[in-house]
Amino acid sequence: MFETLSEKLSGVFDKLRRRGALSENDVTEALREIRLALLDADVALEVVRDFTANIRERAIGAEVTKSVTPGQQMVKIVHDVLVESLGGEGAVSINLNAPAPIALLMVGLQGSGKTTTSGKIALRLKDKQRKKVLLASLDTQRPAAQLQLQQLAERAGVACLPIIMGQSPVEIARRAMETGRREVFDIVILDTAGRLAIDQVLMDEVKAIRDATRPIETLLVVDAMTGQDAVNTAREFNQQIGVTGIVLTRMDGDARGGAALSMRAITGAPIKLVGSGEKLDALEDFHPERVASRILGMGDIVSLVERAAETIDQAEAEKLAAKMAKGTFDLADYANQLKQIAKMGSLSGILGMLPGVGKLKARMGDANLDGAILKRQAAIISSMTPKERRTPDILKASRKKRIAAGSGTSVQEVNKLLKQFDDMSTMMKRMQKMGQKGLLRQGLGALMPKGIMPGASGRRLF
Amino acid sequence: MALGAFFARLKEGLARSTQKITESINAIFKKRRLDDAALEELEDILVSADLGAAVAAHIIGNFRRTRFGKEVTDEEIRETLASEIAAILEPVAQPLVIERSHKPHVVLVVGVNGTGKTTTIGKLAQQYRESGLIPMLVAGDTFRAAAVEQLQIWGQRTQAEVITAPQNADAAGLAFDGLTRAQAAGADVLLIDTAGRLHNKATLMEELRKIMRVLKKKDPTAPHSVLLVLDATTGQNAIQQVKVFKEMVDVTGLIVTKLDGSARGGIVVALAEIFSIPIHAVGVGEQAGDLRPFDARDFARSLVGAA
Ligand SMILES: Nc1nc2c(ncn2[C@@H]2O[C@H](COP(=O)(O)OP(=O)(O)OP(=O)(O)O)[C@@H](O)[C@H]2O)c(=O)[nH]1
Ligand SMILES: [Mg+2]
Repeated sequence: MFETLSEKLSGVFDKLRRRGALSENDVTEALREIRLALLDADVALEVVRDFTANIRERAIGAEVTKSVTPGQQMVKIVHDVLVESLGGEGAVSINLNAPAPIALLMVGLQGSGKTTTSGKIALRLKDKQRKKVLLASLDTQRPAAQLQLQQLAERAGVACLPIIMGQSPVEIARRAMETGRREVFDIVILDTAGRLAIDQVLMDEVKAIRDATRPIETLLVVDAMTGQDAVNTAREFNQQIGVTGIVLTRMDGDARGGAALSMRAITGAPIKLVGSGEKLDALEDFHPERVASRILGMGDIVSLVERAAETIDQAEAEKLAAKMAKGTFDLADYANQLKQIAKMGSLSGILGMLPGVGKLKARMGDANLDGAILKRQAAIISSMTPKERRTPDILKASRKKRIAAGSGTSVQEVNKLLKQFDDMSTMMKRMQKMGQKGLLRQGLGALMPKGIMPGASGRRLF
Repeated sequence: MALGAFFARLKEGLARSTQKITESINAIFKKRRLDDAALEELEDILVSADLGAAVAAHIIGNFRRTRFGKEVTDEEIRETLASEIAAILEPVAQPLVIERSHKPHVVLVVGVNGTGKTTTIGKLAQQYRESGLIPMLVAGDTFRAAAVEQLQIWGQRTQAEVITAPQNADAAGLAFDGLTRAQAAGADVLLIDTAGRLHNKATLMEELRKIMRVLKKKDPTAPHSVLLVLDATTGQNAIQQVKVFKEMVDVTGLIVTKLDGSARGGIVVALAEIFSIPIHAVGVGEQAGDLRPFDARDFARSLVGAA
């Protein structure tokens, strides 16, 4: 439904020729698109404002790496700032640096996923860190909530505080900590009832629970689908009870997850964990890079830009591009390109980085995209004479046999390569017609000659 | 409940969420000219209420055409803006009508995890009970821990019979049993709970379709209503939710929950524009009585903080 940010930015920068550095005007126009993209991704407005101000500062005057377009460069800057804002590289784990029993307090709105997350964390601490964990439900509000946690505890193979009907949440919390001490638990996870940040009675209650249990971590559990309200919730919970970490649930959905940025910006607390499914083992560390790409709605174009900058011989790349544009791209150039691609890593990896290619990749099947095929193709081409490379039309049966023998392949494979090169030339002609704009808009899929999709004819692009 | 008391409660529920928006509008307009800066600020307010950037821009665009450059008070602004939004919402504000002749009218309740499906079923059962209908419930969430027990408690609260099956039993089979028993018992409404599921999980969505198919074997006209329960805190992803659930199980209407919180649920304006899908009711609390009809004007006025 929404165009992704990377597509939008490509559009913006299409008009501009490569100019070396990003000008203030370029950046301003791009920022408009960035603002919209962030809002579409549910980043809260006030956070968007700070964020775009930050980007402006960073982007004006930034050098554009030769092998990428200004649009791609801008996306990279946005992505970098996003990663930083989300907490930088690497994951922050749950703090367990306190004398046992350590209390972990789970808080959040109704239906955000606290109970399931409590069960998941219990399982993880038990399995990965060999901790003795006690689960305690303080949710006397929602029908059968305590029973739900008890059943999850059974599944996770950890202890659950026995349910005593009629006790208040604070009483249950005290009992949980006493049990923790008496029965020598390492960790006590306190699952609380969902509450609205504006419900002062219930916020006071959770304050009392906090004071009675002195948790080392107060984890705010937030649904990844949360919209603009993320800021209100984050601010209130943080101001009233102090949040030490955030858990983002339902990241297995298709929400962009802009709430992550809002929450982090408002509380300053790290996002520690991510829920990625309903099963108890569906809990993962938080990777800012991945969520950043997701918020921007792009493939991992950033890594592509980085790798391109690192590995591609710029002069060579430009020569190839010029040849493509002129339509004088021959087999020798193709061999050259294969070399460049091989340097960048696996093809399926590269394809995955390009916006709009995800589907295409799925259809092609990963099996056909491995480097071995590239190497064989390079070998075939290197067994040709320079003349054959320039004018593949002269390749008849006898020549093909010679080439196959020379490269340790078969005539079939030689034919396949030639067919592919043919397809590629067709593709390039289309590319010229569409222009770069069309290419970025429609993704690589638009370039594929009809028969080339494996589903249609069994033939492979690579 | 007397009408006056009813509106008082609705307002109370919505008042908190609109307090902030009221303040921000107040801050912009004492009496000032409706210029670019003012319009931009108004647009930002709509965006902050989750209307989405596109819808907000569209509404403010209309506003600009008719009012640009005028001297206006904050009161005028709010009223006009509210009318603008109410005009979008009015066509979709439709109550859920239960046809007694179906015996039972089958209501399938669907949605992503934790939106308030089970609670909403409890609230609906309460309403139907109060209006003299016989509701029956089906604990179709056979997946989540203690989901059955949760619905059973709602059954007790509303004196509605609850049809259950063991954990992990086939939900479609249970729905079929439920319908059979409701027909035999002469129930007026059959409310079928389902496990929460993310719309992008194809196999889980397929399960819902199976429930639909199996119900039709028993009554070709069933389910008579398919309700999607939407959490008001949800942002732009709600659009995708409605789209997919609608495609997969022909959702006939929405219920928006948790409007007693600070989230304003502005996304329903976008939903109304895109899908023209009926919005039946709003949830404003966790108790059985906390369900209200969806009123376009009230909702729109609350959204912009009109008195
Ligand atoms: N404040 C408020 N809370 C609500 C409202 N509706 C539901 N809730 C709460 O939201 C939480 C989740 O509600 P459930 O009814 O269990 O949601 P569900 O969609 O059935 O959840 P799953 O079956 O787990 O997918 C509970 O704590 C409810 O009390 C509402 O209108 N306002
Ligand atoms: Mg439920």
